[in-house]
Amino acid sequence: MGFEVLLKGNNMIRLLEGLGVALKISLISVSFSIVLGIILGMLMTLKNHVINVITRVYLEIVRIMPQMVLLFIVYFGATKAMGINISAETSAVIVFSFWGTAEMADLVRGSLISIPTIQYESSMALGLNRLQTYIYVIIPQIVRRMIPLSINLITRMIKTTSLVMMIGIVEVLKVGQQIIEANRKSSPNAAFGVFATILILYFIACWPISCLSKYLEKKWEN
Amino acid sequence: MDFEVIFSYMPLYIEAFLLTIKIGWIGIAISIGIGIVLAFVLHFKIPFVSQIAKIYVEVFRNTPLLVQLFFIYFGLPKIGLSISAQACGAVGLGLLGGSYMTESFRSGLEAVSPSQTESALALGMTRAQLFQSVILPQACSLSVPAIVANVIFLLKETSVFSAISLMDLMFTAKDLIGLYYNTTECLFLLVIFYIIMLLPVSVLGSMVEKKARVRMFGA
Repeated sequence: MGFEVLLKGNNMIRLLEGLGVALKISLISVSFSIVLGIILGMLMTLKNHVINVITRVYLEIVRIMPQMVLLFIVYFGATKAMGINISAETSAVIVFSFWGTAEMADLVRGSLISIPTIQYESSMALGLNRLQTYIYVIIPQIVRRMIPLSINLITRMIKTTSLVMMIGIVEVLKVGQQIIEANRKSSPNAAFGVFATILILYFIACWPISCLSKYLEKKWEN
Repeated sequence: MDFEVIFSYMPLYIEAFLLTIKIGWIGIAISIGIGIVLAFVLHFKIPFVSQIAKIYVEVFRNTPLLVQLFFIYFGLPKIGLSISAQACGAVGLGLLGGSYMTESFRSGLEAVSPSQTESALALGMTRAQLFQSVILPQACSLSVPAIVANVIFLLKETSVFSAISLMDLMFTAKDLIGLYYNTTECLFLLVIFYIIMLLPVSVLGSMVEKKARVRMFGA
């Protein structure tokens, strides 16, 4: 079946290292996305026309442009058009943060506007000042709505980082291909075993996170 | 930007564009079919089949399309299941989308409140009537936003097809960049064609969403 290739030498360890590269890129991008997304999401709730138009265009670009196209534009396009040389890892982080920030900002905006004005009014009636209103009333509710969704963003980021292979980063899929090529003669069926293993590895990386997100969403529903 | 180059590349891009659209929409049709069937299976908790459906949904939702395609295209032929690149693209996209669509349809079915079922039964409706004229219409409008989002997501995912050497937009762009080194023009055309492909869907999707919302609360 081709699974035996993985037991040869340090093939399995190399594969795991490859997964590590993909996970590293996705975690860095997620951190950027969450911080920038929260700021942008808050800006979007301000009723400023200029900000509104710019963010609408930004969100629409992210909504309709495949991440792969953005990767190519940053990695190949920027070098050719502007003469700046960005490494593959950096361009992956730039693209995935650009994408993640838009997703996150939309979530933040959604949860901010879903808090009814009556809550602000009630807190004022109870004699809380603006800061207290935010600390005791608004932020706890927003956090409960946002945490499951941001965790979900992590799994989507991990899945999307598999694309970095296309701009030449050696991550788990590329390592898999190398292993298959190197063992073409000795085990011709390696492709099945190696790709099945990679599929399982991605599943092991993403599934617990999805479960956690689903669990928190249910727990904090009300 | 050299417009002569752009015009000379146009036919190649149009060909790739048509292929991408064809495979993309076949994949989406498959995914909607899978989604509807499995949503019913999960909703009615049909024994055994619903367990398999659950595993399928979890596996495909938690792995990237690129890895799935590699497995189907390069892995499966080793155990005697080989299909063409085009079929692999459509099937891969359909299977990935099927898992997302199942979730959307199922959450639509579940979002119809139990009091509606009880009221319909109290009015003397049969199970079939209840399902046909109370639950199904509401579940459909409830799941519209998620389905529109899924369709856009799946059309975007078609860019991954280039990895299994399907001559789609991405592949054409990469090929032309490699051959003639006109990076700016090739990427410009790529962006334009993706906009042509996705902007109408995005705009139309928002309109359908608004219609569905009106039907939900208005009628």
